[in-house]
Amino acid sequence: MSLLEIRNLTVRFATASGWFTAVEGVDLSVEKGEIVAIVGESGSGKSVSMLAVMGLLPPTAQVTADVLAFDGKDLLTISPAGRRALTGADMAMIFQEPMSSLNPCFTVGFQIEESLRLHLGLNKRQARDRAVELLTQVGIPSPAQRLSAYPHQLSGGMSQRVMIAMAIACDPRLLIADEPTTALDVTIQAQILDLLVDLQERRGMALILITHAMGVVAETAQRVVVQYAGWQVEKQDVYGLFDHPHHPYTAALLAALPERAVEGARLASIPGVVPGQFDKPSGCLFHPRCPRADQRCVEVRPVPAGPELGQAVCHYPLGGTR
Amino acid sequence: MAAEIATRPPHPFVEGWHYFKQNKGALAGLIVFVAFVLIAAFSPWLAPYSPDAQDRAAVLVPPFWQEGGSTAHLLGTDAVGRDLLSRIMHGGRWSLFIGLVVIVISMSGGILLGLCAAFARGFVDTLIMRVLDVLLAIPSLLLALVVVAILGPGLFNAMFAVALVYMPHYARLTRGSAMSELQKDYVTASRVAGASVWRLMFRTVLPNCAPPLIVQATLGFSTAVLDMAALGFLGMGAQPPTPEWGTMLADAREFILRAWWVVTFPGLAILISVLAVNLMGDGLRDVLDPKLKRS
Amino acid sequence: MLRFFLSRIAVLIPTFLGVTLVAFLFIRLLPGDPVEMMAGERGTSPERHAELMARFGFDRPWWEQYASFLGNVLQGDLGNSIVTKAPVLSEFLTLFPATLELSICAILFAILFGLPAGVLAASRRGTIFDHGVMAATLTGYSMPIFWWGLLLIILFSGILGWTPVSGRIDLLYFFEPVTGFMLIDSLLSDQDGAFMSAFSHLVLPTIVLGTIPLAVIARQTRSAMLEVLSEDYVRTARAKGLPTRRVVGLHAFRNALIPVVTTIGLQTGVLLAGAILTETIFSWPGVGKWLIDSIFRRDYPSVQGGLLLIASVVMIVNLLVDLTYGLIDPRIRHGR
Repeated sequence: MSLLEIRNLTVRFATASGWFTAVEGVDLSVEKGEIVAIVGESGSGKSVSMLAVMGLLPPTAQVTADVLAFDGKDLLTISPAGRRALTGADMAMIFQEPMSSLNPCFTVGFQIEESLRLHLGLNKRQARDRAVELLTQVGIPSPAQRLSAYPHQLSGGMSQRVMIAMAIACDPRLLIADEPTTALDVTIQAQILDLLVDLQERRGMALILITHAMGVVAETAQRVVVQYAGWQVEKQDVYGLFDHPHHPYTAALLAALPERAVEGARLASIPGVVPGQFDKPSGCLFHPRCPRADQRCVEVRPVPAGPELGQAVCHYPLGGTR
Repeated sequence: MAAEIATRPPHPFVEGWHYFKQNKGALAGLIVFVAFVLIAAFSPWLAPYSPDAQDRAAVLVPPFWQEGGSTAHLLGTDAVGRDLLSRIMHGGRWSLFIGLVVIVISMSGGILLGLCAAFARGFVDTLIMRVLDVLLAIPSLLLALVVVAILGPGLFNAMFAVALVYMPHYARLTRGSAMSELQKDYVTASRVAGASVWRLMFRTVLPNCAPPLIVQATLGFSTAVLDMAALGFLGMGAQPPTPEWGTMLADAREFILRAWWVVTFPGLAILISVLAVNLMGDGLRDVLDPKLKRS
Repeated sequence: MLRFFLSRIAVLIPTFLGVTLVAFLFIRLLPGDPVEMMAGERGTSPERHAELMARFGFDRPWWEQYASFLGNVLQGDLGNSIVTKAPVLSEFLTLFPATLELSICAILFAILFGLPAGVLAASRRGTIFDHGVMAATLTGYSMPIFWWGLLLIILFSGILGWTPVSGRIDLLYFFEPVTGFMLIDSLLSDQDGAFMSAFSHLVLPTIVLGTIPLAVIARQTRSAMLEVLSEDYVRTARAKGLPTRRVVGLHAFRNALIPVVTTIGLQTGVLLAGAILTETIFSWPGVGKWLIDSIFRRDYPSVQGGLLLIASVVMIVNLLVDLTYGLIDPRIRHGR
C-alpha cells in the first residue's frame, strides 16, 4: 500500500463566470521515504492538487477523485477532526513565501510549540525543549534565543528554516514542499534544498517537491511528474526523464535549461503562456505552444501512452513511432 | 466566432453604471433618494396641507390607522394641529437642501486649501496641514457647536459651522491625491507646455482627484444631514417653526410619551434618507475607488 | 518602544498648542468685548470698564494675552464660570465621571457586540447572517442617535415601563461619591436596590451612545478579518491542523485587531460628541449636557474650558490607543 494514493483527482473552482477546472485527472502514488518532484510552470495546477491533499483549498473549490487516500485513510470521507489529526502531524506542508507564511503577531517559539502541544500533547517545558532541538536540526544558530524572535526579525532563508522546523515538528511521514526555494536568494536556495534532502534521508519521510526549476529536480528527486495546465503530461524516473523526455513539453522545459544551451545560440524558450480560465484550447492543451502539433492535436484530446513512453499525454510522444 | 467585438471600450460612465447597477443595495439607495428629492421638490403641490397651517380642532391626532385617527391627516398632527405628513414633505426641502449646501461649501473650501497645500509645498503646506490637524482633533459636533456659539444660533450659522468642520477632510483628501498626481508625467508634460498654475490646478490635476472626492462627498452628505439635524434638535440650527426634521424632533420632545408619532416620523425620514445616501455612497466607492473598498 | 512613545508625544504638542489657540480665539471672536459680556445686562460705567479691561489684561496685545492664557492653562487655571463663579476645571471634574462612566459602558457595549458580529460575519461571508449584520450595521451607522434615544424611551420607558427616563439614579438613594462612577458607588453604599437603579438608568444611554461605534467596529472588524483570512499565515495555521476556532479566533483575529484598534480609538471623538446629544436626551448630568447648558447660558469661560478639556481627553485617548498598538503589533514594538 502506498503512503499517498491519488487516482483521477479533479479540482474545480466556482467563479463568477462559471466553473474553472484547475486540475484534471491527476494520478499519483508516493511510497514511504521517496522523493517525488512535480514540475511545471506557474498556473499548471501543481500547488492546487497538493493543497487538495492537505485539505487547504478555499470553500469555493470542489474536489473529486476516485481515490484520495493517505496511509489507507480515505481523505474524501474523513471527518474534520480526523483530518485535523493528520494535517500538521502525519503530513505537513511548507510554502513558497516563508516571510508571509509566518504569523507576524506571534513568536517563532509559540508557532512551533503550538503544533507540538496540539498533536503530541507535550507540556510547555517539553515543547520548548523540543522546539530548540528542531531549530538546531534545521541549522538555526543559537536556537534558544531565536524562539522568542518575531518573524519580522528573521531573514527569508531563516524564515523558511523555521517553516521547515514547524513542518517536521511532529515527525510527519509525508512532507509537501511547495516551491520552497523560489522566493529565496540563489545562495540560500541550495542550502534549503540540501537541508530538505538531508532531513528526508535521516527521517525516512516521503517528500513531494513542487517546483518549476528543472535543475532542482535533477539534484533531488527520484521520480518526476510534469504537469501542464492541470494535466499530468508525463511521469518518469529522473534519469529517464532527463535522458529521454517523451512529451514535447518536457523536452521544451529541458531545452530551456541554461546548462543545456548550445554555445553561441540563444537560450531556448517556450513561446506563449499556460492557458487560463478563458482560453483553454480544444484537443491537446499544449497544442498552441507545441512545435509538433497538427490538426489532430487541435481536435482530439490525447490519452496517456504506456509506461515505456513515460505515460506522456501526447498523440506523438517523442521516442515513439509516428 | 468573432461576431460581436466591441469597437471601442465603453464610456467610463457607462461602465461605472454597469457595476453600480449590480450592487442592489446601492440601486435601492439611489431610487429611495431620488424619490425623496422629488417629493421634497414638489411638496407644495403634493402635500395635502401647508406646513404652517394650524388646525386647532385637530391637535395631536394620531395616524389614520390608530384609533382616533382620520384619513384627513394620514400621519396625524402635532401639538398645534399641523399636518405631520405635509411638514415632513416640506422638511425634506430644508434638510436635503441644507446637506447639499454644506457639502458644496466645505468641498470648495477643502479643495482649494488642499490644492494650495499640494502645490505650494514647504512652509505653506505644513502650516495648512497643522491647522487642519488641530481642527480634526476636536470632535466634529463639539467644534460645530462652538462655532455656532460664536455666531449665534440659526440655520445659516449652523450651516457655515458644519461646513467648516468638514472642510479639513476634503482638504486632506485633495492634498493626498493631488500630491500623487503631481508626480505623474502628464502633469510634467502640461507644465512643460507652459500651463499656468491655475490651469494645472483645476484643469490638469483636479479632475484626476475627483473619484475619491465624489465618494467622500456622498458619504459626507449623509453626515451633514445628520449633524444639521442634531444641531436643529439642540436648538442651535434651524429655528421653529421651520419644518426642518431635526427641529421638528426638538419641538416634539415634550410629547414623546403622549404622542409617539410626532417623534417617530420626522426621525424616520432622517434615518431613511441618510441610509439611502450611505448605500449609494458604498456603491459609488466600489465603482470609483477600489482602493478604498472596505467591505 | 520608548522612541515610539516620544515620537507620538512630539506630534501631539503642536496640536495641543493649536487647540489652546482655538480656545483662546473663541472668546476673542465673540461679538462685543469680553468685559461687556461678563457684565451682562447691567452694563458698566466707562471708568469701571477701562479698569476691568486693564485688570484682565484685555488691553494688551493678543500674543501677550495668549501667552498668559497658555500659562494659566498649563497651571490648571481655566478661569471661572460666569454663572456659578466656580472654577471651570473643578466644575468639569465634578461632572466628568458621569460622562466617563457612560462612555466606557458605551464603548464596552460596542466592542462586546461589534467584534463578535464582525468576526462571525467574516467567517460566514455571503450567508444570511453576514447580510443581516451588514444591513443592521449600516442602519446603525446612519442612525440619528437623538431620535434613536427618543424611540427607545417611547418603547422601554413609555410602553413597557422597564427603564427610567432620565438621570443617573433614583432620588430615593443618596450616597457620597467615592469613585464618581454610579455603578461602583451604589455597590459601595450597600443600599438595597441602589445598584439596580443605577444600572437601569444606564442601560438606554449606553445603547444609544454605543450604537454608532458598534456599527463602525463591526464593519471594520469584518473587512479586516476578510483581508487577514486570505493571508498566507492563516493557511499555515490551518496546515498545522489547528481547529477552525483557533485559526480564526487567534491567528487571524490577532492580526485583524490592529486596524480595529485604530477604529476603536477614533471612536473616542465620536463618543464624546455623541455624549452631548445622549446626555441632553436623558438629562444625564455629564460634561456634554453641561456644555450645551453653558452655551445657552452664555457662560463662555465654561464653553472655552469645556472645548479645551474635551479636545485634550480625545488627544490623550488617541495617544493611549497608539501605545496599545505596540502591545498588539510586535513590528511596532521593535521600532520598525
